[in-house]
Amino acid sequence: MLTIKNLHATVEGKEILKGIDLEIKAGEVHAIMGPNGSGKSTLANILAGNSNYEVTEGEIIFEGKNLLEMEPDERAKEGIFLAFQYPIEIPGVSNATFLKTAINEKRKHLGLPELTPKEFLNLMKEKSKILGMDNDLLGRSVNVGFSGGEKKRNEIFQLLMLDPKLAILDETDSGLDIDALKIVSNGVNVFHNDKNAVIVVTHYQRLLDYIVPDYVHVLYKGKIIKSGGKELALLLEERGYDWIKPEEVELESN
Amino acid sequence: MKELTKKENIKDWYLKNFELFEKQMNGHNHELLKKVRQASLAKFLELDFPATKNEEWKYTDVSFARENKFNPVSTDYKTSLTKEDVKNIIFGNFDYNLITFINGKFAAELSDISADSDKIIIKNLNSFIDSHKEIVENYFAKISSDDNLFNVLNGIYMQDGVAIYLKEQSEFSKPLQVLYLNGYSEENLLIAPRNLIVVGRNSRTSIVFNYYGNPKASYFTDAITELYLEEDSSVDIYKIQRESLSSYHIEKFQAIQKDRSVLNHYNLNFGGRLTRNDINSKLDGENIETHYYGLYLGKENQHIDNHTFVDHAKPNSMSNELYKGILDDKARGVFNGKIIVRRDAQKTNAYQQNKNVLLSGEARIDSKPQLEIFADDVKCTHGATVGHLDEEAEFYIRSRGVPEELAKSILIRAFAADVCDEIKIVELKEQINHLIFEELHRQEVSY
Amino acid sequence: MSNEEKKNLGAVEELSEDMKIIEDLTKEEYKWGFVSEIESEVAPKGLNEDIIRMISEKKGEPEWMTEWRLKAYRYWLKMEEPKWPNVKYAPVDFQDISYYAAPKKKPQYSSLDEVDPELLKTFEKLGIPLEEQKALAGVAVDAVFDSVSVATTFKETLKEKGIIFCSISEAIKEHPDLVKKYLGSVVPYTDNFYAALNSAVFSDGSFVYIPKGVRCPMELSTYFRINAQETGQFERTLIIADEGSYVSYLEGCTAPIRDNNQLHAAVVELIALDNAEIKYSTVQNWYPGDKEGKGGIYNFVTKRGACRGVNSKISWTQVETGSAITWKYPSCILQGENSIGEFYSVAVTNNFQQADTGTKMVHLGKNTRSTIVSKGISAGRSNNSYRGLVKVGKKATNARNFTQCDSLLMGDKCGAHTFPYIEVENDTARVEHEATTSKVGEDQIFYLNQRGIATEDAINMIVNGFCKEVFNELPMEFAVEAQKLLAITLEGSVG
Repeated sequence: MLTIKNLHATVEGKEILKGIDLEIKAGEVHAIMGPNGSGKSTLANILAGNSNYEVTEGEIIFEGKNLLEMEPDERAKEGIFLAFQYPIEIPGVSNATFLKTAINEKRKHLGLPELTPKEFLNLMKEKSKILGMDNDLLGRSVNVGFSGGEKKRNEIFQLLMLDPKLAILDETDSGLDIDALKIVSNGVNVFHNDKNAVIVVTHYQRLLDYIVPDYVHVLYKGKIIKSGGKELALLLEERGYDWIKPEEVELESN
Repeated sequence: MKELTKKENIKDWYLKNFELFEKQMNGHNHELLKKVRQASLAKFLELDFPATKNEEWKYTDVSFARENKFNPVSTDYKTSLTKEDVKNIIFGNFDYNLITFINGKFAAELSDISADSDKIIIKNLNSFIDSHKEIVENYFAKISSDDNLFNVLNGIYMQDGVAIYLKEQSEFSKPLQVLYLNGYSEENLLIAPRNLIVVGRNSRTSIVFNYYGNPKASYFTDAITELYLEEDSSVDIYKIQRESLSSYHIEKFQAIQKDRSVLNHYNLNFGGRLTRNDINSKLDGENIETHYYGLYLGKENQHIDNHTFVDHAKPNSMSNELYKGILDDKARGVFNGKIIVRRDAQKTNAYQQNKNVLLSGEARIDSKPQLEIFADDVKCTHGATVGHLDEEAEFYIRSRGVPEELAKSILIRAFAADVCDEIKIVELKEQINHLIFEELHRQEVSY
Repeated sequence: MSNEEKKNLGAVEELSEDMKIIEDLTKEEYKWGFVSEIESEVAPKGLNEDIIRMISEKKGEPEWMTEWRLKAYRYWLKMEEPKWPNVKYAPVDFQDISYYAAPKKKPQYSSLDEVDPELLKTFEKLGIPLEEQKALAGVAVDAVFDSVSVATTFKETLKEKGIIFCSISEAIKEHPDLVKKYLGSVVPYTDNFYAALNSAVFSDGSFVYIPKGVRCPMELSTYFRINAQETGQFERTLIIADEGSYVSYLEGCTAPIRDNNQLHAAVVELIALDNAEIKYSTVQNWYPGDKEGKGGIYNFVTKRGACRGVNSKISWTQVETGSAITWKYPSCILQGENSIGEFYSVAVTNNFQQADTGTKMVHLGKNTRSTIVSKGISAGRSNNSYRGLVKVGKKATNARNFTQCDSLLMGDKCGAHTFPYIEVENDTARVEHEATTSKVGEDQIFYLNQRGIATEDAINMIVNGFCKEVFNELPMEFAVEAQKLLAITLEGSVG
């Protein structure tokens, strides 16, 4: 589904990613872990096409297409979804307006008819139930006046509504208490099936108790320095990142 | 009071006086100042005292200036005031340097300056010109001071003022108090202080301007203060105005700020029959901070007009302004706060708040906050409120057994706190708090 | 379906309507720029007492009206053009304007079939076919076409309720007592330069009278257009809501492309008596000039409402997207105890447009309340100023005002200016003013992009969100039109 080859990227002239290779197939869950500043969020934002990040080298192929040539909205319509670490507030635009527009843009792209208001409403009801969201939230402006937890829940609600092929969760667990974490994880698990894939970007292992990854990658100073199964996450939790760091020296000396 | 008959023209009167004034200067008129006086005289002919039709003077009627002849001070006043008298007027309980002027003329015997480094020069302007000619040439009278006839009048009749010069990397170990004792001896004086402050790179200082009036006297203080902040410098200016209630006080304050400089300006207004302050800063560099704090108390028939102007000329700077007014009796307050963010000044953050309480049915406030924004990537907000003391809060306090007057004082104290809390000299903060209640004739709530 | 579901469904349907508008976006320069070819009778250029007598005579006015006009004219001669708004323009040559133009035929129609087909076509191009409006919205349309009313509908329905809705010319003849009593009572001809000019030369406009206790069953609407070349338009509108009555009045404007600047100086007077309410909505889209700032309408309008009665209410809502220069301050004089004034405004400027607009809320009576919500959007090289006055008089005990004034900047060559004036003479007053300036955030656009919404649509969505509080005050069909105008006005303003 997704192939990243030798990806280099800079932010404001500073190189953050220094050669990332990653292969993700349908049905898989990949966790990307690493200490602060290792480039996890950069990778997530680059996949979504945030223009504050500049790709200087390498390629990203998504479903056989060159992702780097696409505008952010085209990528979204092709099936890429980023759950933002800091969801953006849009005053005066209701969640419902926002989602209806997004869904119909995508349906238009896929050659499907627009949802009728009734269909849309039913879909909203069905998905919001999974997340135990208050109906009031749907009529309110996008993320305006939402608590941190509500914002994150709203991101997963959008994920369920838009049903993308690849979901990238950027630190979705930050700021969530344990109950909210369970609800949000449950939402992601409802979404996940053998036709789509999930990238979980996280600092802590805790989220991976609920969203179980097939692969865990450790990102450090802009490179993936170790990959493994879900047990790697537990090791990281136990021993921190320090024990892997020496390998970096090895990598560089190679 | 010497009032004008209808046929007399006030401008002629000031022009006529000038010759006499120059003669009496007795060689104290330095060449540099002469030039400014001549230029001001030329401008004087073109202008008139502003009328309320003029948008900048819409709410302030200055007919006092047209109707009264004020006598420019030219000779020194032989004072009977002692250092002890002065002690009761200045703000105490902390270490300070002191420079005193009586009727605008330097009073060496009442000053006490111990500059702790040769990098710091504190003098009266007239002697500063002799010792630091280049500095005066580079900085003095560089700002536009012919906006209105009051500024021009200062240019003609300026007598003296404080000159403060901090070379690079220097710092006052104690604040400087600049004391203006106004309205002594004759009636109807025109007092025209002219202050110059130059703060070199990476230097910092704290200055308390204390304008104090002989309570019985009627006179007119017409001041100009110029402040230059070089890169990385930092200055706190406290202006505490306690002129007599039958005097007029007009000041133009202009700061020019360079990269990374920080200005804290506190404008605390208690006295004066009519007061007009123009507090202007030009943010001529990046990463500058400008903070304006204002507190104006009006009682009886006082008229207090504060005009502030923050000019964001370059990117990445911030300004923050908080002005609060408390108006009792028949007092009238005017607030006009202008912020301009020019085309180049991207990433500017500018905030402004003006809050007022009216304590009497006959008090009045006119507030005019203005934003003029020409850059798109900025965050600017302003707000203005007018109200009275919160009745529910008053009831709540009284329900706990506090008498009405004291409850009101508590609320006044609470209202003024946002500004008072920003005063960095703790002892000064307490004395200002005291002044608030003294001036309003209300029961004091201690700090 | 439960009630809540119905509510939700309703909301969603409304939204899909919003979305259609965004899709409707066209790339036309000025969508409604065309010249219709109806022969006009035009007065010679210039202004003097003879011209004023001619206008008055053409309109068959009684002597008192002619005298009133002349008095206004003589007063105007002594006045100077105002210089204080934050706008710049070449001086207007008042002697180079023709002050009267009327369609040659002046027919009285009983049905639309009799209306000049050319005119009907014009309305069709404007997207407001009369017959459709009649059927769909229940809006009675008094179409003012180039200064003279040519079609009035729904008169019968209104007549039954005793409502008078006609042209002001007709009212001068048919209801002279009402006109004499109220004309100039809110905006006297001495008020300002343009009000004096208007009083001297006003061509036509609407007159509304709602009798005691009557709730006007439909929204009243007049579409103004400026048509004949170089004809200044001087509309005069007078609306009187008698005790306990209610009326909602809509005003919408479009104009054809012209090279020469056209002057428009209307006067609108509203009077609300005890317990009466007037809601006045405007969507204004006159020709703003081309991308170089050439041409465009000068819009110098005096709009004022007097809440004379107790518990009366006047509410102004405006969406201003057009004109080269807008100078307009719909105001409320709150005389009656407990009376309420409201002002909701969206002003959009692009290219070289200049707008200096806002409101005046003058609190004179006890317990009077006012709300001001102003949203200014500047793009291109335009300048957008809010100028507002909140005045609380000595006797206005417990007056309340809340003002929210937001500016949105698009691009780095435009300007947004806020000039609120707050004058309070009563210590029981509570006045609050808040203003913010911001831009459309790149992070907001990226967020919407990431959900599959293209940049242009994302901007429209953010801008509409910014204006929501004002659009909510507009009648539904007007809100739709307003959003459409907004999208067209801002097209291509963010790269």
